[in-house]
Amino acid sequence: MVKKASPPSKIAATLPGAFLIGGLICLLGQMLIDGYAALGVEQKFCPVAASCTLVALSALLTGLNVFDNIAKYAGAGTLVPITGFANAVASPALEFKTEGMVLGVGAKMFLIAGPVIVYGVAAGVLYGLIIWLFGLY
Amino acid sequence: MSVIFLSYLKAFVVGGLICLVGQLLIDFTKLTPARILVAFVVAGVFLSGLGLYQPLIDFAGAGATVPLTGFGATIARGVRDAVREYGFMGILLGPLTASAAGITAAMIAGLIVSLVFKSGDKS
Repeated sequence: MVKKASPPSKIAATLPGAFLIGGLICLLGQMLIDGYAALGVEQKFCPVAASCTLVALSALLTGLNVFDNIAKYAGAGTLVPITGFANAVASPALEFKTEGMVLGVGAKMFLIAGPVIVYGVAAGVLYGLIIWLFGLY
Repeated sequence: MSVIFLSYLKAFVVGGLICLVGQLLIDFTKLTPARILVAFVVAGVFLSGLGLYQPLIDFAGAGATVPLTGFGATIARGVRDAVREYGFMGILLGPLTASAAGITAAMIAGLIVSLVFKSGDKS
């Protein structure tokens, strides 16, 4: 089978956007971490609080139809950070609202987030088994 | 001041590079976004399990915690802490305990957004 080579110009065009916007999102995350620390939030919870803020922000921007427009330029820049996870929850939740609150919103919000949680937890359990069996904890 | 600037620079560069890896995977493989998300979280669990991810978090802060590999690292750390505290039961308790805040925030935010907004005209 002949592998179709994608035009290099197109690939080169996706990389700066992913790096820049992904980097900026992480920069914002760092500002939030520092901000929460300055507000007196316990040190170990600051990264979590920052991530949750980014999650809320992403969901809001998804609702406002802004997220997709940024994602068009960012590619993996918005997908790979926690913003991609939040968008993957909010976007189908909104889209399948017409199918009702239970089987529409409630079920479809896990369309992509579900597998992420399933395999993340599975990897965690595997890791847990290993360290428990070999006393590595 | 320069310390703060340096920490922002490190977060920007490391976070950007991790996203760059994701973009390269999208461009050069047939991985769908859903698979990319799964791959990054699972990779984060294993990198953290091997002790390779915490140094990156210490170095880059949000540059390492905000990408989904950081979410995986959170799961791994939760498992490790829970196994230490509860033994075998920790294997079952750990993964979701540590990731609870992120998952709950996404669920509630998604729910609120679906209540407040209408499914958009895709512009």
